[in-house]
Amino acid sequence: MTAANLEAMYQEIILDHYKNPHGKGLRDPFEAEVHHVNPTCGDEITLRVHVEDGKIEDISYDALGCSISQASASVLNDLVVGKTVDEAMVVHEEFLRLMQGKGQVEPDEDILEDGIAFAGVAKFPARIKCALLSWMAWKDATAQADDRALTEER
Amino acid sequence: MKGLLPDLDLVRKDFPILERTFDGGETPLVYLDSANTSQKPQVVIDTMVDHLERHNANIARAMHHLGAEATEAFEGARDTVARFLGAPERDEVIFTKNASEGLNLVANTVPLGAGDVVVTTEMEHHSNIVPWQLATERTGAELKWFGLTDDGQLDLSNIDELITPATKVVALTWVSNMLGTVNPVAEIARKAHEVGALVVVDAAQAAPVLPIDLASMTDEERPDFLVFTGHKVVGPTGIGVLWGRRAALEALPPFLGGGEMIATVTMAKSTYAPIPHKFEAGTPPIAEAVGLGAALEYLMHVGMENIHAHEEAITAYALERLATVPGVSVLGPADASKRGGAISFELDGVHPHDVAQVLDSKGVAIRAGHHCAKPAHQRFGVQASNRMSSYLYTTPAEIDALVEGLEYVRSFFKLDQ
Ligand SMILES: Cc1ncc(COP(=O)(O)O)c(C=O)c1O
Repeated sequence: MTAANLEAMYQEIILDHYKNPHGKGLRDPFEAEVHHVNPTCGDEITLRVHVEDGKIEDISYDALGCSISQASASVLNDLVVGKTVDEAMVVHEEFLRLMQGKGQVEPDEDILEDGIAFAGVAKFPARIKCALLSWMAWKDATAQADDRALTEER
Repeated sequence: MKGLLPDLDLVRKDFPILERTFDGGETPLVYLDSANTSQKPQVVIDTMVDHLERHNANIARAMHHLGAEATEAFEGARDTVARFLGAPERDEVIFTKNASEGLNLVANTVPLGAGDVVVTTEMEHHSNIVPWQLATERTGAELKWFGLTDDGQLDLSNIDELITPATKVVALTWVSNMLGTVNPVAEIARKAHEVGALVVVDAAQAAPVLPIDLASMTDEERPDFLVFTGHKVVGPTGIGVLWGRRAALEALPPFLGGGEMIATVTMAKSTYAPIPHKFEAGTPPIAEAVGLGAALEYLMHVGMENIHAHEEAITAYALERLATVPGVSVLGPADASKRGGAISFELDGVHPHDVAQVLDSKGVAIRAGHHCAKPAHQRFGVQASNRMSSYLYTTPAEIDALVEGLEYVRSFFKLDQ
């Protein structure tokens, strides 16, 4: 990998999120909590979601891992908290499309905001899982919270 | 530098991959990941190609010229392995596909039951943990662990509680792939044999760097089983070795059934071939075994004593140089003479993935993560670490490149601001 690729991967935005992660820490209340690990490298995240009336009120998390996985959790928090679950799923889809696009995908900045900084990461297959760890955990937790809400309604 | 291989330049020329560069020739490869897998000398590559081009046939059952040649090459490799280990008998050498398969073979066939104890250690590779977890769960036996001291040695203070007449197996690594620690295998084997336990040694990291001579060990100190893997001893992937004492191997039932491992098969019952074939069901990795033979011949030609001295010199130099980088802390023993060729370390403030990624941009290849030794990482409160590992082709200049690379990592992540 060249120095240019390295700069593309470690965008200033990513390093900023890494040093000052947004929304880090585990908080109450929450409807679901999940623990995800990346088995190849051991990165871990515990993530809680608080959803009320279809709106994501909070995502709180405790994570151990590299700059990419930490910054990605921070960006997730920024992008998704305050949105409805349906709106958030659109963001999730777009982030997934970017990360799985082998560096060929032009991301939609209106949807992804700071998330477009991860475009450089998508060129490194070994690091895509790092970027997706928190997003997959969030999706899992949201699905669980949803199930629980449905069960309680019944 | 004392201890370095005198013909280091020539040795390096034997390994074509060390000429690799990146970024259009600007960045030379600095390969410091040999504990993960070693590079291959030309003679191994050529031997395998020659086998496939000129001698390829199935072994033991083909009644023609090529069959005879292939069988001779395969069995010749077994002789070479036996010589490399100083095995008392060549038929005690079983070919497997890697170290993991050798450990699984033993864990799946050793008789265990409720009340029995298997003892392993907190510094094992997952390959010497998970098979024993599966075996003890399956049989109702109990798994116990040697702990570690703060400087990364086995804590033997409770050895008498761990090794008792209930202990049937003591499975331990000779050299740790994470901490680099060289364990007192002879002392532990003596203790285990006093209570009649079987001693299983994972030599995946020891075989590359330590001269091994099983026949010269005393009966009490000689393990019952020992495994290693071809790809870490400059051989190919897909081939490994389980050595076992004849009596111990004969006492085990077969692991996998199939062709080659039988004496006769009827619909009512089969009887099994004598060792080693009893444990080699199906067509084995023939070209890989032949390649492993060439690899071990190569190492023996350079001389395992010389390789060991080289590793020790490089490791001592690396420990000394790493200590000069602010924020670097090394895990495991501080004394190079007590270590193998792997050095795990942390760089304060930068996650190992990020360290490895930035080093890679400078051509420096190390490993980042848990190195398949999660319990050992947990023991030291570390989630992941960086690991540099050297081998017979590693130069002091490559250690300098690593250290320069680490300085670059520090500046890239602005650690001094
Ligand atoms: C100490 C140790 N044991 C076992 C293994 C497993 O080797 P393999 O993956 O070739 O089976 C390794 C290598 O990763 C190792 O370092």
